[in-house]
Amino acid sequence: MNDVLDVALRLLVVFAVFLTFPLIVGQTEHKVMAHMQGRLGPMYAGGFHGWAQLIADGVKFAQKEDVVPAGADRRVFQLAPAVALLPYLLVLLAIPIGPGEGAVGQVLDAGVFFVLAVMGVGVLGSLMAGWASANKFSLLGGLRTAAQLLSYELPMLLAAASVAMAAGTVSLPGILHAFHWWWLPWQIVGAIVFFVAGLAELQRPPFDMPVADSEIIFGAYTEYTGLRFALFLLAEYAGIVVLCGLTTVLFLGGWHGPWGADGLGWVWTLLKTAILAFLVIWLRVTYPRLREDQLQKLSWTLLVPLSLAQIALTGIVKVVIS
Amino acid sequence: MTLAQAPHGFLSPAGVEIAFLLVGLLTLGAALVTVTTRQLVHAALWLVVALGGLAVEYLLLTAEFIAWVQVLIYVGSVVVLLLFGLMLTKAPIGRSPDADSGNRWAALTVAVASAVALVWVVVDAFRTTWIDLDGPAAGTTEVTGASLFRHWVLPFEALSVLLLAALVGAIVLSRKAKADAEGEGDGKAGADGKAKADALPAAPGKEGAR
Repeated sequence: MNDVLDVALRLLVVFAVFLTFPLIVGQTEHKVMAHMQGRLGPMYAGGFHGWAQLIADGVKFAQKEDVVPAGADRRVFQLAPAVALLPYLLVLLAIPIGPGEGAVGQVLDAGVFFVLAVMGVGVLGSLMAGWASANKFSLLGGLRTAAQLLSYELPMLLAAASVAMAAGTVSLPGILHAFHWWWLPWQIVGAIVFFVAGLAELQRPPFDMPVADSEIIFGAYTEYTGLRFALFLLAEYAGIVVLCGLTTVLFLGGWHGPWGADGLGWVWTLLKTAILAFLVIWLRVTYPRLREDQLQKLSWTLLVPLSLAQIALTGIVKVVIS
Repeated sequence: MTLAQAPHGFLSPAGVEIAFLLVGLLTLGAALVTVTTRQLVHAALWLVVALGGLAVEYLLLTAEFIAWVQVLIYVGSVVVLLLFGLMLTKAPIGRSPDADSGNRWAALTVAVASAVALVWVVVDAFRTTWIDLDGPAAGTTEVTGASLFRHWVLPFEALSVLLLAALVGAIVLSRKAKADAEGEGDGKAGADGKAKADALPAAPGKEGAR
């Protein structure tokens, strides 16, 4: 009975994190973007600095009519948002936030592979949406999504493989147990490659070619309204949380902190994740959108060679110190 | 793979075995729909179900690493590539009238023959082997890696050479097609140029071929 309670409690906590953290990132994005652009952002909803803006947005989305275009492939169209969102919930289960046994949803033997595999499945949602909408803008968005995923999956995997090599394990808590501070300069190239490739996989600016609103409306999500559209947006912000958490765990030492981390490991994890999430927002405000050919060029001519070089470096250092 | 001491019978299946069978049936069903449906994109999506079901079967066989790699490579990459290819075609929403092949009986024969061969080999190899679920996991990353790089290094290396050959072959094919197109363009432009007494340079023809 105790086991069942334990599992239920973990699932509940992960679900709560899944529901709240993306909203916090979203609200932060509203405010940070606004202040970076010399505006105030939402100020009314909820009273204090518009803290309830996203709740109000959610209520608005829930009230809207759920429209399925007449020419669309009904079932695939309706299934797509779930396929896009659920993988991130599963990934959250495997991310450890503290050193203890109780600080991770589920310890997996091959955690790195699990998170990367399941994150890749999320993109199927965009592809399904893009094809099933029976809309040429959606189709173009879907095409661009697929092209982007195919080119950025490789550097992301290679960068993660470099860390796994360094730690000698593919389990996420195992990697953190093996972490030392000097891994930071050692794996910094891999970290940057991983983060950039992850941004591209999430289709965040400056890699938002698949949803480029000024050219193809909103890409694969053009035909969506109401709650289903909100689910796609939620998937994007859940993706930010997952990507930042993963980068923290793989490259920034997760629960390790400069002044000892006894009992406060989870604070360090959350702090690093929050800083990375801020970086994601900052990048959105700073850089213009990359063109499709620039996107492909960046991946194949820069990120892939860099990640291969990082793997070579990891291998050499690993052999030298062992 | 370890042999459990207790005798096993087929008549009192454990929960895991029932789950294995059910997922297997689901996978088989999805695979059948994949090859029989006339909606091209639906076939690709049913393929996702079949491949995912296979990953669940690996999980139930305690091969966690293989299962995640299955999802990563097949669901995350191969199916995305398939969908990308389908989106480049005129795959309609709804049935494709010409999605049927005249080779279906030949395909069915080959499929059944290979299925029989595979089932026969697997049954013959693992006839009375049972995975001991209570002992140390038999399919962890460590065990898989050790057996792959200690006992199966030669097949592994041979496979990598095969993949390299395929990669080089793909590059050669794509480059050759491009060179041919350019060569034709040049040839045409040259012929035209001769016919018009060297009035035209070769460059426009070359650009046109691209």
